[in-house]
Amino acid sequence: MNHGAPTQEFLGLTFNLSNVLMITVASAIVFIIATVGSRKLAMKPTGMQNFMEWVMDFVKNMINSSMDWKTGGRFQLLGMTLIMYLFVSNMLGLPFAISYDHELWWKSPTADPVVTLTLAVLVLSLSHFYGIQMKGFKGYLKAYKNPMSLIEEFSNTLTLGLRLYGNIFAGEVLLGLLAGTLAFSGPLGFIGAIIPTLVWQGYSIFVGAIQSFIFVTLTMVYLSHKVSSDH
Amino acid sequence: MLTSGLVLGLSISKFNGGDALFQLAMFVILLFLLKKYAFGPLMGIMTQREEHVASEINAAEASRLEASKYLEEQRELLKQSRVEATQLIENAKQQGETQREDIIIQARTEAERLKESAKREIVQEREKAIVALREQVASLSVLIASKVIEKELSEADQEKLINHYIQEAGEER
Repeated sequence: MNHGAPTQEFLGLTFNLSNVLMITVASAIVFIIATVGSRKLAMKPTGMQNFMEWVMDFVKNMINSSMDWKTGGRFQLLGMTLIMYLFVSNMLGLPFAISYDHELWWKSPTADPVVTLTLAVLVLSLSHFYGIQMKGFKGYLKAYKNPMSLIEEFSNTLTLGLRLYGNIFAGEVLLGLLAGTLAFSGPLGFIGAIIPTLVWQGYSIFVGAIQSFIFVTLTMVYLSHKVSSDH
Repeated sequence: MLTSGLVLGLSISKFNGGDALFQLAMFVILLFLLKKYAFGPLMGIMTQREEHVASEINAAEASRLEASKYLEEQRELLKQSRVEATQLIENAKQQGETQREDIIIQARTEAERLKESAKREIVQEREKAIVALREQVASLSVLIASKVIEKELSEADQEKLINHYIQEAGEER
């Protein structure tokens, strides 16, 4: 795991090229899955369309559990995109990791705090935006009569991003230790590494799915806090 | 060595502003692409199906209501026709009854009248016969008397009779 990151300076900003690559790959995969899934749309759904509609209903249920559909319906697209993107991202780092010239290229994009925190900030910004848009500036400010809720905003953003990052990164670190270090320590280590690696990969799939689910659920909860009038 | 590697792996010694920007841009682009090419049409077809199902349910409900209405109507008609039929039968029966009654009464009066006229005729005939008989008897007795008188009244008898009458007349005086 002692890899560096392929960084590059461009226009005064630092780009981690592996992140750029993996974000693009994950986005492309999500786009391909979604487009293939909704290519032959029919009133009687078959095959992939069933799957896509299942995802849609899944997200719809998540939204419905935190706010009513009249206000929450507009977030369905966001929720769909988020859950598919996060799930695909979490899965990407599991089967293998590719490093080239001691620089780690292939990994989960969500195993980087910058990426997850970006998404968290995006979600929280959206919640503020919709809060102002739907309740007016006055109604929006009412929530801050208690200054403690200001702290909540920062902690929400941090925990939302870091929870995802921590889980995925920890999963990849352990996978790297098992498959990368233990397996190459000798023939005994290789045999001993097989079963824990398998178990941990299975568990990581579970964690990846759960984390994407939690991320979207919390997104909807934060949005509903800002948008709904009864909070 | 391992831990230092892990820390290096984090690579947050330098903030990757570019990654954040790239992630943001990619996410927004992905959102719009998906909306345009995948989820938009999918949502469209889902709402379309929802509407279709709702309209089908409505149609089914409407046709069910119509069917039950027709059924009720038919039932009503059947009941009505049954009532009508019994009424018709009842009427016919009644009519037959009165007709029978009428015929009997008519026949009875006819018979009465016939009997009456026959009786009257009989009486008349008898009367006529009696009259005729009486006439005949009278003429016959006259005939017989004349015949008897013609035959029996001889000279002597005539004498005798005349004398008798003269004697009688004399005695009276």
